[in-house]
Amino acid sequence: MTTIDTRSASSARNKRPSWLRRHSPPYWLSLVGGGWMLAFFLIPLVSGLIVSLETGNPLSGYTLTWNWSIYKQLFVHSQIPYTTFMLRSLYYGAATTILSIIIAYPMAYYIAFKVKDRWKSPLLFLVLLSFFVSFVIRTDMWSFILSNQGIVITALRKLHLVSKNFHILGTSDAVIGGDVYNNLAFMVLPIYVALERIDGRILEAARDLYSNGRQVFLRVVLPLSRAGIFAGVLLVFITTVGDPVVSSLLGGVGTYTIGQAIQDSYLTNQQFNVAAALSTALMVVLGIIMFVYAKVFGTQNIENLV
Amino acid sequence: MSPELPLGSSPNSTTPPGLSSRRIPRRAVLRAGGIGAGLAGLSALLSACGIAGSSSRDHNNVDWASYWHEQKRTGVLDFANWPLYIDSEHGKSQSLDLFTKATGIKVNYESVIQGDAPFYATVEPLLAAQEATGYDIIVITSGWYLTQLINSNFLVALDHAKLGNFSKYASSLVKNPNYDPGNRFSVTWQTGFTGIAYNTKIIKRPITSFDDLSDPAFKGHVGMMNDNTEVGSAALLHMGVSPATSTHKQWQASTEWLKRQRELVLGYYDQSYIQYLENEDTWITQAWSGDVFQANLSGYPHLKYVVPKEGQMVWHDNMLIPRQAQDPLSALDWMNFYYTPKIAGIVADWVNYVCPVPLAKSYIANTLKDAPVANSPLVFPPASIVAKSHDFYVYKDYDDYEAWNDIYNPIIE
Repeated sequence: MTTIDTRSASSARNKRPSWLRRHSPPYWLSLVGGGWMLAFFLIPLVSGLIVSLETGNPLSGYTLTWNWSIYKQLFVHSQIPYTTFMLRSLYYGAATTILSIIIAYPMAYYIAFKVKDRWKSPLLFLVLLSFFVSFVIRTDMWSFILSNQGIVITALRKLHLVSKNFHILGTSDAVIGGDVYNNLAFMVLPIYVALERIDGRILEAARDLYSNGRQVFLRVVLPLSRAGIFAGVLLVFITTVGDPVVSSLLGGVGTYTIGQAIQDSYLTNQQFNVAAALSTALMVVLGIIMFVYAKVFGTQNIENLV
Repeated sequence: MSPELPLGSSPNSTTPPGLSSRRIPRRAVLRAGGIGAGLAGLSALLSACGIAGSSSRDHNNVDWASYWHEQKRTGVLDFANWPLYIDSEHGKSQSLDLFTKATGIKVNYESVIQGDAPFYATVEPLLAAQEATGYDIIVITSGWYLTQLINSNFLVALDHAKLGNFSKYASSLVKNPNYDPGNRFSVTWQTGFTGIAYNTKIIKRPITSFDDLSDPAFKGHVGMMNDNTEVGSAALLHMGVSPATSTHKQWQASTEWLKRQRELVLGYYDQSYIQYLENEDTWITQAWSGDVFQANLSGYPHLKYVVPKEGQMVWHDNMLIPRQAQDPLSALDWMNFYYTPKIAGIVADWVNYVCPVPLAKSYIANTLKDAPVANSPLVFPPASIVAKSHDFYVYKDYDDYEAWNDIYNPIIE
């Protein structure tokens, strides 16, 4: 393809089309993606920042006063510990991400390498099956299963494994568990795609070169599936950190997250500037974390996965 | 597809890729795109800076007499209400059918209100732009959102000349409420109490007071509401202060008990609190009377609602006519039709909250033959219970509301 391009370019050299005509196609091609980013990322981000700098109230309206001090107010001198909520959300995000890698990697490995081809589609379908029900309903069902009258605790109590006062709902563990459950597929699928692309002959070659099973995995399979893990971490971590639903359905006192804080300050307290400041801060924190993460662990070939 | 072969490095190519014509690096494209996008975004934003307030519009002085004189009927009543909040049998409502039969007005009943805050958020932009919400009646709980609807001039003042049944049959509990003096904009749909409920299977001793919500014996099994108005009002009652006349100083002082009690609380819940109580996650909880009554009838007879000795809160869900309603006359007709022993009785017999028409009691007992409902003190409260019921504080303005939030939100968040 490129050969044709170069030839036509050299034959057209005599006619000398304008610089703009020769160089504009890449820009034109970026237009759709750029427009998308503009409409759904950049404008919301900047408008969030602007709203956060406004002061006022819902009755008399909000006006832009460049009130940068709101960030200090919220994260340093606040009555309400927003910094704690932020750190807690990041902790839930990190714990969820690590747990889902631990659970998802063997699942993806099994589907990619250990089952016959005709079973792969049904198994992947099973991974996706839970998406047929709204995740709010699924999460709410967990609050039913984990309740004190639910099957889990009743069974544990019957076996005398836990005391009468033991409970799961309302704890951080319940929230992290719910997050892992909800996001597992987002980890399984990218890892599966990465593993599936590994040429079986490479593994054979590794074995021919006297690698044992463990070495094959650690030195060949794991590095080759790095892009999948990378993509999975992005998907799971970002969704979990901002999520207000799981913590409100499965959590209790002491599991309040930044996502809930944003939702409550917007809907219940109608402090639009506070909600905007919290979301802007969250986006910035996530942005920094993701940037550092991509610099340290990033691969050039995420796009190969898509 | 062969992604292994990078594009632009075909083996037949004589010239190295990228030399024959200057290729534009991806970064440059991104950068240029970013700058362009940034400029466009900035200009779009600067033109849309600021958020208009709900009360900043000048459609405030309305001559309501001529407003009512000018209205025309469309013959269809659009009624927005909360889920499970009207009598219903096989998807049909007898009370609405009777209304249609009596007046010829078709009712388009929608259970779209899941909460005051989210519903307000959906109608506020329409009302602020002076557009129709699509509803002739909406049902909103007494509290900040109702106050905001009134203060923002988003509601139609009712023509009480057409509401004869209200003045005739309404109980004193719903007449002339502190949040809407003279019922200028609202008439109550249902009333409810907020008190304490507990599980008599687990808690063997009698529960009588808000102090029981801070009994260390129940650590990790106490439920509270996540509505800071409910939480704050309970704390004020616990302190012996009537919330309706409380001061900022008293609000501050009341948090001491809440902070102490927070250590025992499993969670601050929305209407799902009753599910936690039924599942024995919580043993004792702040509760709404109607929920407990319904739970008693549906397999949880061991749950008990108590009026704390310090008193209980009383709230009202109110029928309102939003501005720009298409058929406010039919809305008034329905309100008037509802305030009869028969219709209010049919609804109360199904929803089991406090009925605003006391005479409905004999209709339910004699015609509907439903003694448990007719004799329930939670549906038809005797004077002794009414005497122990307190009104909520009515926020004067947003600053007042914000002061309340600043004091009580650190508890529930």
